[in-house]
Amino acid sequence: MHTHVRQLQQVQQQHQQQGQQQRQQQHAVHSLSMSEAQAGDTKPLNLCNAVNEALHQAMDSNDKALVFGEDVAFGGVFRCTVGLLERYGRRCFNTPLCEQGIVGFGIGLATQGYTPIAEIQFADYIYPAFDQLVNEAAKYRYRSGGTFTAGGLTVRAPYGAVGHGGHYHSQSVESFFTHVPGLKVVVPSSPAQAKGLLLSCIQDPDPCIFFEPKMLYRTSVEEVPVGEYTIPLGQAQVLREGADITLIGWGAQVHVLAQAAQAVADADGISCEVLDLRTLLPWDVQAVTASVNKTGRLLVSHEAPLSSGFGAELVAEVSRRCFLRLEAPPVRVCGSDTPFPLVFEPLYLPGVERVVDAIRATVRF
Amino acid sequence: MALRSASTQLLGRAGLLPAAVCNAFHRCMSTSDKFSVEVLPFKAHRIEPPNNVVETSIDELVGMYELMYKMRRMEIAADMMYKAKLIRGFCHLYDGQEAVMTGIEAALTKEDAVITSYRDHCQHLSRGGTVKEVMAELMGKRDGASKGLGGSMHMYNRQANFYGGNGIVGAQIPLGAGLAFALKYQKKPNVAIAMYGDGAANQGQKYEALNMAGLWNLPVIFVCENNHYGMGTAEWRAAKSSTFYTRGDYIPGLKVDGMDVLAVKKSMEFAKAYALEHGPIIMEMDTYRYHGHSMSDPGSTYRTRDEISTMRQERDPVERVRKLLLAKGYDAAAIKAMEKSVKKEVDTAVEEGKAAATPPNEWLWRNVYVAPANMDMRTVEGTYVQPTYDPTYSS
Repeated sequence: MHTHVRQLQQVQQQHQQQGQQQRQQQHAVHSLSMSEAQAGDTKPLNLCNAVNEALHQAMDSNDKALVFGEDVAFGGVFRCTVGLLERYGRRCFNTPLCEQGIVGFGIGLATQGYTPIAEIQFADYIYPAFDQLVNEAAKYRYRSGGTFTAGGLTVRAPYGAVGHGGHYHSQSVESFFTHVPGLKVVVPSSPAQAKGLLLSCIQDPDPCIFFEPKMLYRTSVEEVPVGEYTIPLGQAQVLREGADITLIGWGAQVHVLAQAAQAVADADGISCEVLDLRTLLPWDVQAVTASVNKTGRLLVSHEAPLSSGFGAELVAEVSRRCFLRLEAPPVRVCGSDTPFPLVFEPLYLPGVERVVDAIRATVRF
Repeated sequence: MALRSASTQLLGRAGLLPAAVCNAFHRCMSTSDKFSVEVLPFKAHRIEPPNNVVETSIDELVGMYELMYKMRRMEIAADMMYKAKLIRGFCHLYDGQEAVMTGIEAALTKEDAVITSYRDHCQHLSRGGTVKEVMAELMGKRDGASKGLGGSMHMYNRQANFYGGNGIVGAQIPLGAGLAFALKYQKKPNVAIAMYGDGAANQGQKYEALNMAGLWNLPVIFVCENNHYGMGTAEWRAAKSSTFYTRGDYIPGLKVDGMDVLAVKKSMEFAKAYALEHGPIIMEMDTYRYHGHSMSDPGSTYRTRDEISTMRQERDPVERVRKLLLAKGYDAAAIKAMEKSVKKEVDTAVEEGKAAATPPNEWLWRNVYVAPANMDMRTVEGTYVQPTYDPTYSS
C-alpha cells in the first residue's frame, strides 16, 4: 500500500476517533485528499474520471468485480466506464434496458460471492428497480437468517439537477432509499470523495447505492490521490468551521451552501459551519449534533422536494438531541414540492440566494 | 425496392397490360382511384398473415408523403435548433422511422388510442398536432403541445387520444394495456396502440402487460419499432431472441417492413381487425433511425457510416413514396410545390416557436394537486404563495 494511502487512512481514523477537536485542525477544504495534494502523489481529476479510476482499481484488485449496465461497455452515457471493456474484457458488459432485471441480476451475483457494480443510467430510472433494492437486496441477509447476502452489490446512479434535464433526468431520489434498513446510501461532492467513497461502497459488506451528482462530473476538478484508498462510510465532513449556524448538505448542494456561507460572511459577518454529510444512511449523528450544539442553529438543504426529504430526518433528530441548545427553529431549504420542472429549474432549485435568505432569517430569529 | 412495387402495382386493375400501356392508362386515372401495390411478405407467429398486396390511391400516397416529408423536415429543424442551443435537454429524433407512425395512422381513427415512448415528436404530428406545437414545446414555450411544461419527451393530445410521450423505457407498455381495457369496457370499436423500441422489448413490464392483455383479450396492438439499436447496443447484443414478433409466446405476431408505409398500413388494418375480435397482437416494425439515440449520441460509434448511408439509399421510407408517386405518373412539379410549402410551414413554426412566450412562473406550483396541499411555496421575489389548481392554465 502506498504511504500516502496509509497517511490518508490515519487521518480518517483520527477524524473518526477524535471528533470535533480533530476536525478543527483540518483545513476546511473540499476533500480529505487535499492534505495529500502537496505530497505529489496525486493528479487532477474531475468527478467522472475519479469514478472511472475507482472502477479500474476495484477491478484490478478484485477479479470478481463486474461492471454492467446500459451502454457501459462503450463508456456509458457520461463516460464514467471508459476503458473498462478494453482492459477487463467481459467483466464489463452492456445489459438490456431493464433496470429491474439489472439490479435483480446483480443481487443474484452478489449472493454467489461476486462484487457486482451495476450502473443505473440515471437515478430517475431506478424506480423500476425499487422492489429489487428494497425487498430483495436490503433484506436478503436478514430474511435468510444470514444464509445469503447481497452485500457485494453496489449500484451507481448519476442524480440531481443538470441545468436542462427536465422531469426524468434531474431527480434527487435519495430519500426513498434512506427509509430502507439494510441499504447504505452514499453521495460524494468532489472527485477525491467520489473515488474514496465509491471504493468503500464496493468493498463494503452491505448493499450500497452510490448517487453521483452529475452536475459535478465535469465541473468539479481537484487533486485526487493516485492509489487505491477508501473514505469510511457513515462519516460527515466539516468543510468550513463556523460559530453561528450549521449548514448541512450533500452532493452538488454542498457547493451552494459553501457559496452562501461565504456570501453571509462577507455581507453580514455571519459565521457558518458547513457540513458535508457524504453518507445519508447511516448518517453521522455525532458530527451533526456536535456542530449544532456549537452553533445553536441548523439549516439543511437538498435539491429533492421539501416534504419527506432527508432534511426532515435530520431536523427531527437534531430537534430531539439538541433541543435545549437550539436558538432558532431548524430550517430546510429544498426543492419545491412539484415534479422536477423543465423550464422552471432555476425557480425550483434551492439556490444560493434562497439559502442566504434562510440563514439571515434563522440567525436573526 | 420502391420501383419493384411500382412496376407491379397495376396487376389488380390493368391485368397484364405492357408497362407503356399501363403508364398511359394510369394518367387517365382519377387520383382517388384504387390500385394495388405489392409489399414485402409479412412474417407471422401463431397467425395466418394477410397477403402482401396493398390497395392505395394517389390521394392517399400524396397525404402520406406530405406527412412523412413534414416529419422529416421537422426533425431536421429540431436537430439544427438543438445544435444552436435553442432546444436544451433531452431530444430524440424520429427521422428514418416516419413510415411506421404514418402507416399506423392510416389504419386508425382518432378514436383509437396511441401511447409511445420518448421519441414522440412525429406521433404528435400524425395525431393531428402542428409543427408549431412541437417546436414550441421543444423550446419550453407556452404555445407548445404541453404548454412548455413537458419538453421533447412529453407531447400529448387528449382530443386525438394521444397519451404521450413517456420518459421511462418501456413504462408506457402496461399503460397501453390499460387504455385497451378501458376501450373494451366501454364497448368501443377501437384499439390501443402501445409503441416501444427493441430496447424496451427486454423490459420485464412488457411481459406483464402481454400477459394481462392476453389473459383478458384486450384490444391492444403492441408495436415494436425495431430500429436495431437500444440506445448504443445492437439488438443482438441485448436480446437473446431478436425476433421480437415471436416474443409474446402465446400472443400472435407479425413482422413488417417498417420502411414501407403501405406495408405498415396493410398490417395495421389487419391487426386492428384481429385485436378487436381476438385480443392482443405484436407488430414488429423493421425500421431504422438515422440520428443517434438522443442528441448526445452521434450515432456513429456503434454502427458504421456505411450502414447508415446504405439504409438511406436503399430503404428510405420518404423517398420510397416519392418514387412510387412519380412512377404512377404523379406530377413532379406538384411534389416540389408541396415540399416547398412544407419547408415554409416548418420554417414558420420554428420562428413562431422562438417568438412564443415562456410559461409564467406561477405555473411551477400550478396543478400539482387538484386540492392544493397545505403548504406555501416561495416565489423568486421572496414572498410565499399557495399552490393553485387550474387545469385550463387560463392565466
